[in-house]
Amino acid sequence: MKNLFGLLINTRIGKSIFRRDFSDTEKDRSERIYNNFFFHIYPVKVGKHGVKTCYTFCLGGISFLLFIILTITGFLLMFYYHPSVPRAYEDMKDIQYVVSSGIFLRNMHRWSAHIMVLAVFLHMCRVFFTASYRPPRELNWIVGVLLLVLTLGLSFTGYLLPWDQLSYWAITVGATMAGYAPIIGKKMRFLLLGGNVVNENALLRFYVLHCILLPALIVVLMGIHFWRVRKDGGISKPL
Amino acid sequence: MIGNGSMLVALGGTGIFTYQYLSPNVLFEPPTAFKVGKPSKFPIDSWTFIEDRKLFVVHDKKGFFAISAVCTHLGCTVRWIEGENQFHCPCHGSFFTNDGKVKGGPAPRPLDCFAMSIAPDGELLIDTGKIVDRETRLQA
Repeated sequence: MKNLFGLLINTRIGKSIFRRDFSDTEKDRSERIYNNFFFHIYPVKVGKHGVKTCYTFCLGGISFLLFIILTITGFLLMFYYHPSVPRAYEDMKDIQYVVSSGIFLRNMHRWSAHIMVLAVFLHMCRVFFTASYRPPRELNWIVGVLLLVLTLGLSFTGYLLPWDQLSYWAITVGATMAGYAPIIGKKMRFLLLGGNVVNENALLRFYVLHCILLPALIVVLMGIHFWRVRKDGGISKPL
Repeated sequence: MIGNGSMLVALGGTGIFTYQYLSPNVLFEPPTAFKVGKPSKFPIDSWTFIEDRKLFVVHDKKGFFAISAVCTHLGCTVRWIEGENQFHCPCHGSFFTNDGKVKGGPAPRPLDCFAMSIAPDGELLIDTGKIVDRETRLQA
């Protein structure tokens, strides 16, 4: 096995990918990971604590996996969804009853979204109860809080998109809550809805936030979050 | 100094323009003033729900008035409960008296009352843009 790997790396293509000759020293193995775009997100070394499942419960990893599922299913749902009134509701029903596998994709998206909120919340609890926010991880705790807020934001904006009674009243109530903020409340509500009532402007705004702005922000912050995990001493372990 | 200053100005300007861009100048929302029909449509001691305008046209012994059906708590639509002579919000359980004063629940202030007048063709005209005192009545 080792020889086959070595043989592959020592070809011209292998060298262009790994940028080095094959040798099996510890330093060489580390550098193969460091210097490869696809591998560098993996830790070079995993301590014994790292494979223990009942400390972190892999809640961060579950959240990330759900995010990937949500991105793929959401991207597929976008092919059949028009963010306009009353097409939005009809498209949602079409996805359920007319589109092949539509109901599966929609339910995947919906359930993953619910579970992601739960997983992110439990992840935060785990970090709190194991005191993993303590130095040097303070900054990553703050990034994590922002990620929680963005997850809730994605959940909230996605809630309006089916354009049914539940969506309409949830966003009416949510937007009115935003309106209660001191001084800027009314203005914030107006900007969020793109008007005074929940109508097609609000639907389009929530759609753009849900599909472009919030996912873009969350990807950037996740990148920082994962990078900091590595730089702050790797996966969390018992103190 | 000049570099950072101009950078700040540029960023501030971008912020202001973005804010202006995102605030719509024209809204395609229903007009605030509209007619609801002849006064004779509303018998005395009646609370009539106008569904697409989210308000009640009330005709009590003192005259006509229009009362908002939008709960002052979080914006759900309140229902008129005939037998109990009160408004009830289904979302978080606020109760209002028959003229919109808070009776119970989380609502922070009474239901709004809107300006009402008689249009030239004799129909009742309501303007939800103008909020009036709840003792105001229109005689018709």
